[in-house]
Amino acid sequence: MKLALASVVSLAALIGVSLFAPQWIVFMVMLVLAKGVVVLGLLVLMRTGLVSFGQGLYFGVGAYAAALLSHHWHISDAGVMLIAGAAAAAVVAALLGVLLAGYREIFFAMLSLAFSMILYGLLVKSAALGSTDGFNLHARTFFGIAIAPGYERRVFLAAGAVCAIVAALLTHRLISGYWGQLATAVRDNELRVSYLGASPYRVVYINYLIAGTLAGLGGALAALAVGHVDPETAYWTTSGEFVFIAILGGTQSVAAPFFAAAIFEVLRTLGNQYAPNVWQLSLGLGMLAIIMFLPGGLWTIARKRRRSA
Amino acid sequence: MNALLPIAFDGVAYASWLFLVSAGLTLIYGVMRILNVAHGSLYALGAYAACSLAGAWLANQLPAAGSFAMLLLASVLVGCIAGTLLERGLLQWMYGRDEVVLVLITYAVFLIMEDVIKVIWGVDSLLLPEPYALPGSFSLGGLPYPVYNLLLIGLALVTGLALAWVLNRTRQGKMLLAVIHDREMSMAVGINVSRVYLATFVVGATLAALGGAFTAPTVAVTPGIGVEVIVLAFAVVVIGGLGSLGGAALGALLVGLVRSATVHYWPEAELFSIYAVMAIVLIARPKGLFAAQEARKI
Repeated sequence: MKLALASVVSLAALIGVSLFAPQWIVFMVMLVLAKGVVVLGLLVLMRTGLVSFGQGLYFGVGAYAAALLSHHWHISDAGVMLIAGAAAAAVVAALLGVLLAGYREIFFAMLSLAFSMILYGLLVKSAALGSTDGFNLHARTFFGIAIAPGYERRVFLAAGAVCAIVAALLTHRLISGYWGQLATAVRDNELRVSYLGASPYRVVYINYLIAGTLAGLGGALAALAVGHVDPETAYWTTSGEFVFIAILGGTQSVAAPFFAAAIFEVLRTLGNQYAPNVWQLSLGLGMLAIIMFLPGGLWTIARKRRRSA
Repeated sequence: MNALLPIAFDGVAYASWLFLVSAGLTLIYGVMRILNVAHGSLYALGAYAACSLAGAWLANQLPAAGSFAMLLLASVLVGCIAGTLLERGLLQWMYGRDEVVLVLITYAVFLIMEDVIKVIWGVDSLLLPEPYALPGSFSLGGLPYPVYNLLLIGLALVTGLALAWVLNRTRQGKMLLAVIHDREMSMAVGINVSRVYLATFVVGATLAALGGAFTAPTVAVTPGIGVEVIVLAFAVVVIGGLGSLGGAALGALLVGLVRSATVHYWPEAELFSIYAVMAIVLIARPKGLFAAQEARKI
């Protein structure tokens, strides 16, 4: 009941933003949703005990898939782009997952990093895809309905809000049920899970697939928000940013990634504006502080408060 | 046929550079179980310190050959100061944590140091062309080839052999191997593990700075030069097997030769080739070429 209320309220708030807020807020909220969706996928992985330093791969695949539709096949439908982004990332994740699901810990992190850097290397050097500059994309319709010029981003934001909330609700169902319990069991002691008759490989594979698909959806959302894609989307610092947001929020709740992404975006905007030279420094200090004093992420503050109240 | 010689030379020179930056990374991981993302910032710090020191040396009209000594001095200074500060100030409180958490901690340090460098040296690029131009060039199959690259190869060889000698032939090295093998047992027999950790980190940091200092004359030193290095060094170290010095040497050679061949025949695939090598090696040998077997624990 509380869950339904929270999702209805946040959906209403986001649609309110998409209707009435100034353009720059609409843009920022879209980026928050895009990153939040990617980090939602990381949350699923982290609850399985794995940290991927290569979610930029799926973010990039999603963004480029959406952009290529508009650029090469002249399909300018935002709905189709979102689906294509998620689907393309899912296909790549389904293939690479076969290999990656056999790895754990630092090897998983580094191998996923390597795959994202392979994509980055390919994108940077391919002139057909605009190499380091990337290219623009234009979306003018949403599931066949034409959008009035100037209102594109507002419509995309509403669509993104629906996507994000549906993704969050599905993820919540997933992690609070049998599958989620199995995932945390794999994190805690994999060998015992296999003694009990479940397959850790399958758990990791499916969760990797989910994380990849969500990152692809996030990439397509970000591409729609910015109207431009470039290889930076697949670079390892982008992946590092996602990991940072995930640590910031913690893995306790599916709402945490979105709050953390919002805090991150606000801080980044302020940092770029007022302290461009020490922005990374404050980011690093913040990250150290969270790892040392709040290992469960910012979400633990909210939970503690509620318990004491 | 004519191209093979330059390809081999380029590959080995690149491999020497790769080995210098990844030897420190693999050493620190082998002893302390920290995959140090801040290694890239130590590399950048070495490059900047080299520019400042050698620049000041040359500006005072001192003999140009001395600038090489300045490059070495810069890396030792960076290693000792930054290495000690990092290990004593932060990392010594973090031992025993999960390896992935340690990656995140050093990633945070990397972010901090990127900006510290910008605050100290500014955002404009620094140039230090003299040491590169000084030894001149020789002819290689009709092409002029810089002698500096040979110096780099020599430096990597000396560094690698010195490390291997210290590890296997000296008392300190054997103590280090004992700590790698069993930390608690070494403490029980009276080895000061905390001091071994500090020494390892300082040596590792010095190696990173050495790589940076000797790269400085060949490039424009700009903010962000450490970023790419980390991922490359990771690839090399993972190919060789985390924590193995010989593995790092072989990994560097493999990556160096593959890269120079790719650059020559199919330049678009440069970055791709490096990580493709890593992916292929890991598929064939999941823990790298020289990794030790581990028992499964319930």
